[in-house]
Amino acid sequence: MILDGKCPTGPIEQTWDKHRFDMKLVNPANKRKYKILVVGTGLAGASAAASLGELGYNVETFCYQDSPRRAHSIAAQGGINAAKNYPNDGDSIYRLFYDTIKGGDFRAREADVWRLAQVSNNIIDQCVAQGVPFARDYAGYLDTRSFGGAQVSRTFYARGQTGQQLLLGAYSALSRQIKAGTVKLFPRTEMLDLVLVDGEAKGITVRDLVTGKVRCHTGDAVLLCTGGYVNVFYLSTNAMGCSVTAIWKAHKKGAFFANPCYTQIHPTCIPQAGDYQSKLTLMSESLRNDGRCWVPKKQGEKRPANEIPEEDRDYYLERKYPSFGNLAPRDIASRAAKEQCDDARGVGPGGRGVYLDFRDSIRRLGEDTIRERYGNLFEMYERITDENGYKVPMRIYPAPHYAMGGLWVDYNLMSNVPGLFVLGEANFSVHGANRLGASALMQGLADGYFVIPYTVSHYLAQSKPGKVKEDHPECKKSIGEVEGDMKRLLSINGKRTVTDLMRELGILIWENVGMARSKESLTDAIARIPGIREEFWKNVKVSGNGADFNQQLENAGRTADFIEFAELLARDALHRNESCGGHFRVEYQYEDGEARRDDTNYCYSAAWEFKGVGNEPELHKEPLKFENVHLAVRSYK
Amino acid sequence: MSAQTAEHGTMTLKLIVWRQTGQGKQGRFETYTAKNITPHHSFLEMLDVVNEDLILEGKEPIAFDHDCREGICGMCSQVVNGVPHGGQERTTVCQLHMRKFKNGDTIYIEPWRARAFPILKDLVTDRGALDTIIQEGGYTSARTGGVPDANAIPISKADADYSMDAAECIGCGACVAACPNGAAMLFTGAKVAQLAALPQGQVEAPARVANMIRAMQECGFGNCSNHYECQAACPKGIDVKFIARLNREFLKALFKSKAGSHVFAGE
Repeated sequence: MILDGKCPTGPIEQTWDKHRFDMKLVNPANKRKYKILVVGTGLAGASAAASLGELGYNVETFCYQDSPRRAHSIAAQGGINAAKNYPNDGDSIYRLFYDTIKGGDFRAREADVWRLAQVSNNIIDQCVAQGVPFARDYAGYLDTRSFGGAQVSRTFYARGQTGQQLLLGAYSALSRQIKAGTVKLFPRTEMLDLVLVDGEAKGITVRDLVTGKVRCHTGDAVLLCTGGYVNVFYLSTNAMGCSVTAIWKAHKKGAFFANPCYTQIHPTCIPQAGDYQSKLTLMSESLRNDGRCWVPKKQGEKRPANEIPEEDRDYYLERKYPSFGNLAPRDIASRAAKEQCDDARGVGPGGRGVYLDFRDSIRRLGEDTIRERYGNLFEMYERITDENGYKVPMRIYPAPHYAMGGLWVDYNLMSNVPGLFVLGEANFSVHGANRLGASALMQGLADGYFVIPYTVSHYLAQSKPGKVKEDHPECKKSIGEVEGDMKRLLSINGKRTVTDLMRELGILIWENVGMARSKESLTDAIARIPGIREEFWKNVKVSGNGADFNQQLENAGRTADFIEFAELLARDALHRNESCGGHFRVEYQYEDGEARRDDTNYCYSAAWEFKGVGNEPELHKEPLKFENVHLAVRSYK
Repeated sequence: MSAQTAEHGTMTLKLIVWRQTGQGKQGRFETYTAKNITPHHSFLEMLDVVNEDLILEGKEPIAFDHDCREGICGMCSQVVNGVPHGGQERTTVCQLHMRKFKNGDTIYIEPWRARAFPILKDLVTDRGALDTIIQEGGYTSARTGGVPDANAIPISKADADYSMDAAECIGCGACVAACPNGAAMLFTGAKVAQLAALPQGQVEAPARVANMIRAMQECGFGNCSNHYECQAACPKGIDVKFIARLNREFLKALFKSKAGSHVFAGE
């Protein structure tokens, strides 16, 4: 099937305005008759629920954490992009649009990205009105800084906690609606199934994580704002509870999954210290402004870093990318670090690390200046590694960080399942094959504050409210299925823990479907994943019972979904015979190691249709048309 | 790293952990042994190791709240040896590492204990009362859209920085757990101060402080009597000056006759 994103046509700068006028509205008095279910309370979910509640819709919102304020958007450090052009440095909506398309390696829809760039300015206005304490200059105006992939200074920030401040802004707007009674909050509640009635999304089945009770909530539309899936690698910078479960359940009910192979591996994270490790911690990319990446020239070097003389050090980024040096883009820097470690020149435990050395900057600028710029990061590094980054070089290694892929949506953020909308990192829409820094926060809030209030109204205006109630046979069926899965998990009583099995899956996916993929590694992964799936369903041990607070059971369900999803991830990566953005196939590179994109054969989004566990999914293509930006090779030499 | 750990590489620790099957149930301390712990384990990873052993033995693992494990989401919440988050300055328990302990140590692990935070299971408490306080006024009533340009109202850098100092609160509730009165005044004060310092928040300041303080009391939190334990336990180092600001804003609201008569009409 050839998919249609239903993008408006005509001059791109008028597309969103024209589309907004063309969409249908719901009469103010009728809005309260419609119920909207919003799953997830990160930037996308909280801003959507707050805005829809304020419009008068009857909203129910769900999160697995104990409070909506804890969603993982809170961990974003760097900032949020907007085309305000306050610094008068040549920025514009068009330039932000262009940078985002190019940064995504020409694998996103033009119209969606244009809209994102256009509403980016409204986001900053909105957040300031909410009392978000952005950084300001001495005149009292908003300060900006530069970020990767852009030549202008368009990133607004709140110290190193921009995500936290934006999320607390959205959370406060949500709290106001909860108080007003337009939004009903269900914390510690996890979505475990999507309920379809006559092919339309009409409800969700959830588990109350405190009582263990499974129940159905019905509504007139369902919004999934449930984040990304890079915990499929087991170790990532995501929170422990981040999972593919909500979007995977929707996928199994018919929603297409688009471009799962576009995963972002962030180059500057603290390396893994041991097998027991549960997560990886990101260190802001800004460190590479003053730190130099190097590894020893000699394989298996045993000397401590400070005893290795200059002539025995390989400043590999500066050597390979003389014009960008240590500030090479994320995908390039990550792959280069992996190459050095694969060549047995990595440092630290297990040889999976490279040095990020501030010695020369400290000599040039003094330790105080470095402390002023990055003090909190050095502190965090020391807390985790017990090493003083001022005295010995930091050790860093790439880590899975963000998912560009997600459920397929049209221009209205609606999936191919009518009534099912997908927002933020959970959808695939705007970042193409690679996301630029400070663009994730922008997308989450754009979708929630400024896109969905229009597009969901357009959908609801064409449907009758309250058609499905909780006693509908489809609800009972769904509850039965979810309870059945839980009983099955609890009854296996095998010999391996959930964590043990998830770790096994993660290692396989990281090794074979990670930073560098090949036909062999992907074929091998596809052959081995069913074995892990069988082992899981035969030998997992989940203690306790279902009618209780049971964190093992929660993790078991998420792991089962990750195992199924991993196969799709590998299949998508195998089918895409090109390298682009976060997807690097070793067979498709230029002689200098740069990614070789194939616009003749792969200039499309790949949307997969579920055909049963273990069966080959069906591929649907949405061709990408570039009418405003010329396709070009990304080069950083 | 202590001499003992350097010598053996790993530590063995005795854990005395609060176990409770559910809300309102009788709880008790249970003793466990944590083996093969390296100085690089985080405190929660040490508990992961203990839990893996418990699961394989067919016993219930210890339930505890956690999510981001990088000190920002505010979900983790354990009292370690009597101190919320374990006593390392400006550090959540998820960022506390085992190199702060030595081989053979006995560690007591308890949940937040406060009237307003009922225990749900083991180390997991219900902190919904903090959400309730925010719902009563921890916001500006700006609608989505229809707001002025972000640079329309300049805000002095000093005010913006002060506001940000307050806004760093992660809502973990350690301040409540540390307070002998179980007060949430540092939490509430931080939000009141953040918004009161900004022109956008000043319009609703009197009603906000009155409503949030009322909610605080209705939720069962106590009042501040200047122990400053909250500031000492706060993983973000939120200053008690924001409690002073809370009190000042409250007094200001009382004296603002127009807003005051409206806000305090019911009292």
